Amino acid sequence: MSGDHILSVDRLSMRFGGIVAVNDLSFNAERRKITALIGPNGAGKTTVFNCITGFYKPTSGAIGLTHDDGHAIRLERLNDFRIAKLAKVARTFQNIRLFPGMTALENLMVAQHNALMRASGLTFLGLIGAPSWRTAEQAAIDLATTWLDRIGLLDRADDAAGNLPYGDQRRLEIARAMCTEPALLCLDEPAAGLNARESAALSELLLSIRADQGTSILLIEHDMSVVMEISDHVVVMDHGVKIAEGTPKHIRDDPKVIAAYLGTDEEEAIAVMESGT
Amino acid sequence: MDYFAQQLINGLVLGSIYGLIAIGYTMVYGIVGMINFAHGDIFMIGGFIALITFLILVSFGLTAIPLILLIVLLVSMAITALYGWTVERIAYRPLRHSFRLAPMLSAIGMSFVLTNYSQVAQGARVKPVPPIITGGYTLHEGAEGFNVQLSNIQIIVVLTTVVLLALFTWLVSSTRLGRDMRACEQDQTMASLLGVDVDRTISMTFVIGAALAAVAGMMYLLYYGLVDFFMGFVAGIKAFTAAVLGGIGSLPGAMLGGLLIGLIETLWSAYFSVEYKDVAAFSILIVVLIFLPTGLLGRPEVEKV
Amino acid sequence: MSANPAAQTSRAPSAAFILKKSLISALVALVLFSLMIGVRTEAGPDGQLTYWTRFGDLAVMVAAVFGGSILIELFRQWWGPVDTARVVPAPVQNALAFGGRLVAPVLLVFTFLVPVLFYNERYILDLAILVLTYVMLGWGLNVVVGLAGLLDLGYVAFYAVGAYSYALLATNFGLSFWICLPLAGILAAFWGVLLGFPVLRLRGDYLAIVTLAFGEIIRLVLINWQSLTGGPNGVTGIPRPTLFGIPLTPADDGLAAMLGIEFSPTHRIVFLFYIILALALLTNWVTIRLRRLPIGRAWEALREDEVACRALGINTTTTKLTAFATGAMFGGLAGAFFATRQGFISPESFTFHESALVLAIVVLGGMGSQLGVALAALAMIGGFELFRGLDQYRMLVFGMAMVLLMIWRPRGLIGHRAPTVFLQRKEAISSDLVKEGHG
Repeated sequence: MSGDHILSVDRLSMRFGGIVAVNDLSFNAERRKITALIGPNGAGKTTVFNCITGFYKPTSGAIGLTHDDGHAIRLERLNDFRIAKLAKVARTFQNIRLFPGMTALENLMVAQHNALMRASGLTFLGLIGAPSWRTAEQAAIDLATTWLDRIGLLDRADDAAGNLPYGDQRRLEIARAMCTEPALLCLDEPAAGLNARESAALSELLLSIRADQGTSILLIEHDMSVVMEISDHVVVMDHGVKIAEGTPKHIRDDPKVIAAYLGTDEEEAIAVMESGT
Repeated sequence: MDYFAQQLINGLVLGSIYGLIAIGYTMVYGIVGMINFAHGDIFMIGGFIALITFLILVSFGLTAIPLILLIVLLVSMAITALYGWTVERIAYRPLRHSFRLAPMLSAIGMSFVLTNYSQVAQGARVKPVPPIITGGYTLHEGAEGFNVQLSNIQIIVVLTTVVLLALFTWLVSSTRLGRDMRACEQDQTMASLLGVDVDRTISMTFVIGAALAAVAGMMYLLYYGLVDFFMGFVAGIKAFTAAVLGGIGSLPGAMLGGLLIGLIETLWSAYFSVEYKDVAAFSILIVVLIFLPTGLLGRPEVEKV
Repeated sequence: MSANPAAQTSRAPSAAFILKKSLISALVALVLFSLMIGVRTEAGPDGQLTYWTRFGDLAVMVAAVFGGSILIELFRQWWGPVDTARVVPAPVQNALAFGGRLVAPVLLVFTFLVPVLFYNERYILDLAILVLTYVMLGWGLNVVVGLAGLLDLGYVAFYAVGAYSYALLATNFGLSFWICLPLAGILAAFWGVLLGFPVLRLRGDYLAIVTLAFGEIIRLVLINWQSLTGGPNGVTGIPRPTLFGIPLTPADDGLAAMLGIEFSPTHRIVFLFYIILALALLTNWVTIRLRRLPIGRAWEALREDEVACRALGINTTTTKLTAFATGAMFGGLAGAFFATRQGFISPESFTFHESALVLAIVVLGGMGSQLGVALAALAMIGGFELFRGLDQYRMLVFGMAMVLLMIWRPRGLIGHRAPTVFLQRKEAISSDLVKEGHG
C-alpha cells in the first residue's frame, strides 16, 4: 500500500494575504498511476497545481518528486521553467493555453525546445545546418507526428492551433505536454467543456498514456465519470484541506465527500452519487 | 543646509508640474491601457495657448494680474481640453479594440503632428515672456549671504497644484463621472452593460487629463517664462517616467512620482551635474522598476494561471 | 432601378446628418485653431513678444476641415466602416496571390540592379542606400518586436552604439571597417544583454518606457561625454570602407587606378550600396534561419503565451535576452554602416524619432513579416523623401500618415504569419490568431 511515490506533498500551505487557499495538505501520487484531485469550486485544487508546477511559491510545506532512477527533487525549491525542465513535470491549464497563432505541429515542436536547443548546439550548429541537427529536427518532427496521430489530429497538423475546435485544443495541449517527455503529467480539468463522446476519448487517451509511456498522471477534474473511470487514487479537497482520500469506490461512498459537494453545489453532489449507481 | 532647502523648494515646484502632466498619462493608461504619447505635446499646446491668451489680454489693456491669470487659466484649460478630446476622437477611438501597438504608434504619430503643427503655426523660435509674477519671501537668511527664497510664482504653482489635486480627487472619488471612470477601468464591457457610456467616459478622461496638462503648461510658462514647440517631448517623457515610477494607473502614484522626478532632477543638477540630470532621472526609473516592477504605488500584478 | 427611391429617401436624412457632422467638425476646428493659427506670436528684435492676427488663414483652415469632413463622410457612406473588407472577385484574388509570391524575388532582383539602372543618378542611389539601411533596421527590430513580442522603444540606442563603436575605434585606433563591423555588432549585442538582463522581466509598457529611457540615456551620454564622443559636434573624419584593403579613392593605390579605369565618386556609392544590401540580406537570412530553429520558435511561442512557455520548461529570461541581443546586434551592424557611409556622426542622428520610425516600419510591415517590413521601409522612407519639398510641413504630413496608416491597417501591410515547419501544406496563418506579446 505504501507503494512507490513519484510525488509526495507534505504539509503544503499557501496563503494569499489573509486568505488561506491551501492549508496543511499532504498526499502522495503513486508512480505510473492516475491520481485525481477533486473537490468543489474554490477548494484550492488549482492552487495546489500551481505550487507543484512552480507558478506559486508555497508559503510552507514540502513537495518532493522522485524519478524512476531514485533521483529526488524538492520542487518547492525550483522555480517555474526549471520544474518542467529538470524535474520533468508537465502541465496543462484550466483555460487552454496553446500558442494560437502557431500550427499544431509547431506547438509540439516548441514543447521539445530544451532537447532541440541541445541538438542545435545552442543554435550555432543549427544555423550552419549541421547534419546532426537535421537528424535531431527530423526526430522531433517524427515524435510530434506520432502524438498528432495518437490524438487524431494528424490531418490538422498544419492548421493554426487557435483554429481547432475546443475538444481538439484540449487534446493538443495534452499532446504538447507529453512532447516534453514528462515523468509527471499534471492536467487541470482536461474534460471541462467536452461532450460525453470526447470525455470518453480523453479517458482512453489518458489510460493509454499511463500504459504506453508509463507516465504518472495527476489530474484535477469535475467530470466524475472520467474520475471514476480512470483514477487509481482520489484525493478530495474542500476549503483548502484534504477531507478524504482513497480508491474511487471508497470516495464515492464517503459521506463527508457527498456533504462537501452538497454543501456547496447540489448538482455536483448529485453527479457524484449518480455516477456511482 | 540652506542651499539644500532651496533646492528642495525648487524641486517640489518642478515636481508639481511633472505631477500634473503625469496624472494625464496615468488616467489614460488606467482606463484605455495605452501610453498617450501625444500627452506631452498637449502640455506644450497648453503652454502656447496660455501665452497667446496672455498676450491678447495684456494688449487689450488689462492690468489686474489675478484676473488675467484666471482668464488665461480657464481659456487654456478649455481649449487644450478640446485638443485632448479631438486627439482621442481622431487617433485613438478607431483603434480602441485593435492590436495593442497600433494605438501606440498612432499616438506617436499624433505627437509628431502636434509638435510640428505648433512649429508651423507659431514658428520654431523660443517664445520668452517677461516675468508676470514677481516678488517673494526670504525664508531664512543664511550666514554666507545665501538666502532661502520662496517666490510668489512658486507659491502659486504649488497652491494651484494642491487645489486642483483636491478637486480632482473629489471628482474621481465622489462624482458620477468618477465612478464611471473607475468602472470602465475595471471592465469596459460590464460597465457598458450597466449603462455607463464608455465612449463618453473615455472622452472625459482625455478632456480632464488635457485640462490638467494645460494647467501644467501655464505653470511652466509662468515659472520659466518661455515656451517652445519642442518642450512637450522632454517634459512628456519625464512625466511619463514619473507616472511609471509612481505606479502607472495610480493617481497618488503619479503625483508622488512627479515630485520625486522633480526633486531628483533639481538635486542632481545642484550637487552633481546639470548635464546629467535627465540621465539621473531615467537611471533611477530603471533601478526602481528592477526592484519594484510595478512602480512605487502600483498594484502588484498577480499572474493568473 | 426600383431600389433607387428607397435609396433616395435613406440618403435624404443622411445628407442632413453629414452637414451636421461637418458643421460640428468645423466648429471644433474653429476653437482649436482660433488662437494657434488665428494669432501668430513672435519675439521682436528687443526680445519683446508681439502678436498679429491671421484670420484669413484661420478661415481657410476651418473651411478645409468643413470640406474635408464632408468628403470623409461621403466616402464612409460609400465604403462602409473602416474595417469593412471589400468583396474582391475570386480571379482577382488569385491573381493577387500569384503576384504576391512574385513580389519578393522581383523586388530582390530589382534591388540588385539598382546601381546598374540608376548609375548616373546619385540621388536615387543615396536614397536606395537609406531605404536599405532602414530595411535592415526594421528586420533587426522585427526580431525583438515582431517575433519575440517585446516592445522596444529605444532601438536607436543600439544603432548609436554600433555607429560610435566604429567611429571611435576607427578614428582612435585606426582599425578598418571590416574589423570594426563585427566588433560593433558584438558591442551592441553586449549592450542589449546589459540592458535586457535586469529589465526583461518587466511586462508591456514598463518595458517600453525603460527601453525608451535607455535610448535617451545613451543619447544624453553621447552629448555630454565630450572628451570621448566629441559631444554635440560628433565624430568627424570616419574612414570609408575599403575593398580588401584597397581604398576607393582617386589616389594611385586606389581601386580605380588599379583597374586602370577613370575614378568616379559613384564607385564608392555603388560599393556602399552593395555593402548595405549584403548586410540587410544577412539579417534576413539569419532571421529566417533562426525562425526555423528552436530559439526562433521559442521567441514566437513567447509572444503567443509566456506562461505556457514556462510550463514547457523554456527559460523565458534567456530566450528574451537572445532576442534582444540579436536585434541589438543587427542594429549595431547597421549603425557601423551608417557611420562609415556618413563619414560623420553626431547624437542628433540618434533621437527617439528614429526609434519611432523603425518601430512604425515594423508594425506597418505587419509584425513578423520580412517582406512586409521591407515594403514598409520603402513606403515610409520613400514617402518621406517625396515630401521633401514640403519642408517644414514634412513631419506634419509624416505624423498624419502614421495615424492614418494605423487606422487603415492596424495589423500592418502583410497581416499573416508563415509557419516554420509543416507536414503536408504550408498555409499562412491569419493575423487575427497571432498574438502580439505582453512585453
